[in-house]
Amino acid sequence: MKRLTSAVELEQLRVGILSRREPEKPCVSVCGGTGCRAYGCEDVAKAFKSEIKRQGLSKEIELKVTGCHGFCERGPLVVLYPQKIFYQRVSPSDVSEIIAETVIKGNVIDRLLYVDPLSGEKAQFEKDVPFYKRQQRLVFGNNGLIDPTNMEDYLAIGGYSALSEVLFNMQPEEVIEEIKKSDLRGRGGGGFPTGRKWESCRNASSSDGLRYIICNADEGDPGAYMDRSLLEGNPHSVLEGMVIGAYAVGAHDGYVYVRLEYPLALKNLGIALGQAREYGLLGQNILGSGFDFDVKISRGGGAFICGESTALMASLEGKVGEPRPKHIHTALQGLYGKPTNLNNVETWANVPLIISRGADWYSQIGTDGSKGTKIFSLVGKINNTGLVEVPMGITLREIIYDIGGGIPHGKKFKAIQTGGPSGGCLPESLIDLPVDFDRLADAGSMMGSGGMIVMDEDTCMVDIARYFVKFLTEESCGNCVPCREGLDRMLDILTDITQGKGKEEDISLLEELGGVIKEASLCALGGTAPNPVLSTIRYFRDEYEAHVRERRCPAGVCKELITFNIDPEKCTGCRVCARECPQGAISGEKKEPHVIDQEKCIKCGLCRDSCKFDAVIIL
Amino acid sequence: MVELTIDGIRTRVSEGTTVLEAASEMGITIPTLCYYPGLSCYGECRVCLVEVVKGNRSSLEASCTLLVEQGQVILTNSEKATKARKMIVELLLASCPNSKTLQDMAANMGINRVRFKIKDRGCILCGRCVRYCREQMKSGGIGFIGRGTSRRVGTAFDITPEECRNCGGCEWICPVCEQACTAGNLIDGLCGGCQNLAPVETCLICTGCSESVGPQGHKVY
Amino acid sequence: MMNYYEKVKAIVDRYGGNHDSVISILQDVQSEYHYLPEDALRAVASQLDIPLIQICGVATFFKAFSLKPRGEHTVSVCLGTACHVRGAPAVLDEVKRQLGIEPSETTEDMRFTLETVNCLGACALGPIVVVDDKYHGQMSPGKAKKVLNRYKKAPRDRRHEETDVSS
Repeated sequence: MKRLTSAVELEQLRVGILSRREPEKPCVSVCGGTGCRAYGCEDVAKAFKSEIKRQGLSKEIELKVTGCHGFCERGPLVVLYPQKIFYQRVSPSDVSEIIAETVIKGNVIDRLLYVDPLSGEKAQFEKDVPFYKRQQRLVFGNNGLIDPTNMEDYLAIGGYSALSEVLFNMQPEEVIEEIKKSDLRGRGGGGFPTGRKWESCRNASSSDGLRYIICNADEGDPGAYMDRSLLEGNPHSVLEGMVIGAYAVGAHDGYVYVRLEYPLALKNLGIALGQAREYGLLGQNILGSGFDFDVKISRGGGAFICGESTALMASLEGKVGEPRPKHIHTALQGLYGKPTNLNNVETWANVPLIISRGADWYSQIGTDGSKGTKIFSLVGKINNTGLVEVPMGITLREIIYDIGGGIPHGKKFKAIQTGGPSGGCLPESLIDLPVDFDRLADAGSMMGSGGMIVMDEDTCMVDIARYFVKFLTEESCGNCVPCREGLDRMLDILTDITQGKGKEEDISLLEELGGVIKEASLCALGGTAPNPVLSTIRYFRDEYEAHVRERRCPAGVCKELITFNIDPEKCTGCRVCARECPQGAISGEKKEPHVIDQEKCIKCGLCRDSCKFDAVIIL
Repeated sequence: MVELTIDGIRTRVSEGTTVLEAASEMGITIPTLCYYPGLSCYGECRVCLVEVVKGNRSSLEASCTLLVEQGQVILTNSEKATKARKMIVELLLASCPNSKTLQDMAANMGINRVRFKIKDRGCILCGRCVRYCREQMKSGGIGFIGRGTSRRVGTAFDITPEECRNCGGCEWICPVCEQACTAGNLIDGLCGGCQNLAPVETCLICTGCSESVGPQGHKVY
Repeated sequence: MMNYYEKVKAIVDRYGGNHDSVISILQDVQSEYHYLPEDALRAVASQLDIPLIQICGVATFFKAFSLKPRGEHTVSVCLGTACHVRGAPAVLDEVKRQLGIEPSETTEDMRFTLETVNCLGACALGPIVVVDDKYHGQMSPGKAKKVLNRYKKAPRDRRHEETDVSS
């Protein structure tokens, strides 16, 4: 592969690639994201490969393992081109039938189609699946079209044309103006205007002219995996954004800091970097423009705090991930004290889109304060778990019900948590809130990196608050007092409340302590840590009061406040639970309703798990 | 020179001065714990917080690490700042109840109760000892281990480091344990532990040189 | 008899002896020995000319590092928010009871190390227990017990223990 040394050569290459493609040729596209891998999609892909080979159809049928399609609940996912027939929950045993019926004959296999649980309607094509219908998959949509390890796939969908435009037809300042005009705000959680950050980085003085670009892929919020899926599924889109950004701010060295727990993302990113260098799209004299820029990958070490930009930079320098105060912004003095522009994975992936289609087009999407789309991970007590990309301004109701398919098992919606450990829980009364940086912040939560955890009537909000605080006490760097000691004490108080030892003044003490931790902490981890507690007290105070005043957990979660019992109406005396019980706490005559000895019961839940008659109830 | 306003009074100081120093020059004392003249500034105890006013918003910043800026408006004793300081000292008392320094600070601030469970860890992780060892003694035998609530000051593998020169500086500079004992034979790393927590089994004849004797007292051979 | 010096030197040289690469170097050392032996850390400190306490600081700050030898199987229970909401704490309690250890500990017979992880990003499968690289989804206390029993009954693989010899 000869290095490309001009914009013309890139376009010629693209034309050549497209001319060799046969859009009508049957192609089996298997989702290869980590979620589907956990479901066994690799076996499905292998089965396709061997079946295609066995039938001697390797030239006639293309097989592509793509990036994450987003509908994780229904994996393994397979899309058949050119018709774009959408099959879900595919297993290796379905493969030969798919080849025989759908690929060769064009017949649809009904049992593999998505069926809407409410309407009973079957969807043949991806676009008809309700989960996808309401989305606007501008950034994420390409995942399903490309094999992330195949450079030609990315070029075929127009990849690197934005970079070419930038390098040859735009000045760095013009690029910054375009990003400013688009009103793109950071997608990592802070929501800071990207164009302004680039501008201050470019204008910052650097004694030796060194400047850095960083991609923050240390996605730590539990329940959020959008960045991982972007890096796994379309690493070039992120890379292209970074090169454009580097050109705009005047940096020649970049880093991608990837969470250690993302091996596939690390692998695919490494492959993409190698390919980009090979094609002359990264490294010295990119596309013959005279601009040099290269990227190093750095792995995280398992520290949530390293998602904070100053801690990330400390870690890049080989030190422990201790944040420093942002009196002086990192855009002015960051990595090694040089002007550094750090952006999140999704932010970078939006850049080529804005350059290609223009800031005017981009700013039509979304709300006044929040332009463009956002990728969310919709998880928890929701029917359609997965990654969704929606325009800013869509309401929570539309996300939860129209896209998410509502709450499973007919349970009642209770709350939705956004923004990870830095965010808050929003109740049903706010379900029509438009999703937008400022609206979410006003309501006591925040956009965060995009995690959306849905909770139902069986979720205890005090337990959730305690969960987040516990998470943060372990992830705090431990340096500043309000965060280290303050969160630890918040945890003590919340633990007492969940164990029925809460005192009346505990709730106001939590509010007072939370207020100080927010204002006095050195970094944003401590600064946002009280949010889950404060928002649950704000919207679910009655639950706290029930725990404190009545020693009762309304949701039936807090172990010390609930008892496991056997419903004598439903119990058939089959004795399965008695055999499972590790404490020998269940007794009774065969075929007679059994009883749980509360003194012995440790509330492990094994009885409830094993009972086929739903006879174990929580009081 | 930089002009700023502290507690309503305008002042001029050289560039590169911290707000803590600028206030001190004016005779305004801001309480501190992790700060020590001659050592690098850490800014983590958060006791020296001051309110920085910008338009109709304000934030709390550690004055020991905040450099003066032209036109800055600082309030050292505003309600916001003192409320935060009080809570911080209350939290520290809960984790270091026997410290005379903290008790005096609390008394000065009008704190008369600790609403949190007392969990005596005998250390406020101000890092003075670490910085002293590294910067003054150029030794670096002690440092921070771990993260979060399990963060502590220690030595590599909890054994007396080769670099340790028995200077006793780490004990001396500690704001929460006030003994001046310069132990001769070190046992198990940091002189056997903070005197407030563990007996110091080093002195052949205990002269009771330290004024604050911990709850366990000295052990005499 | 382990010769940490040579292997560590090879790793350090791979990164050009660069101080900034301390974390990557420790990750590679851990890959080599399945944990961070004390003497390997000493070797890293001396070869990079960084104070040992600083290396220990880094090794104890990042959760990815283990200063104690690990078991044959690593059992990771996901405690991400989505898994928590779907009942992960009860699953963790059962795993703890079955193995008799707390998270970050290893069973006495060196068969199992228990870890908790904060989100694997496979939330549709939650609650999840990962044993080595295999994902076990939609776990409940009962199912977790069954999964562990399968591993307990399987024959032992002692290959990993070769490198756990302390000098």
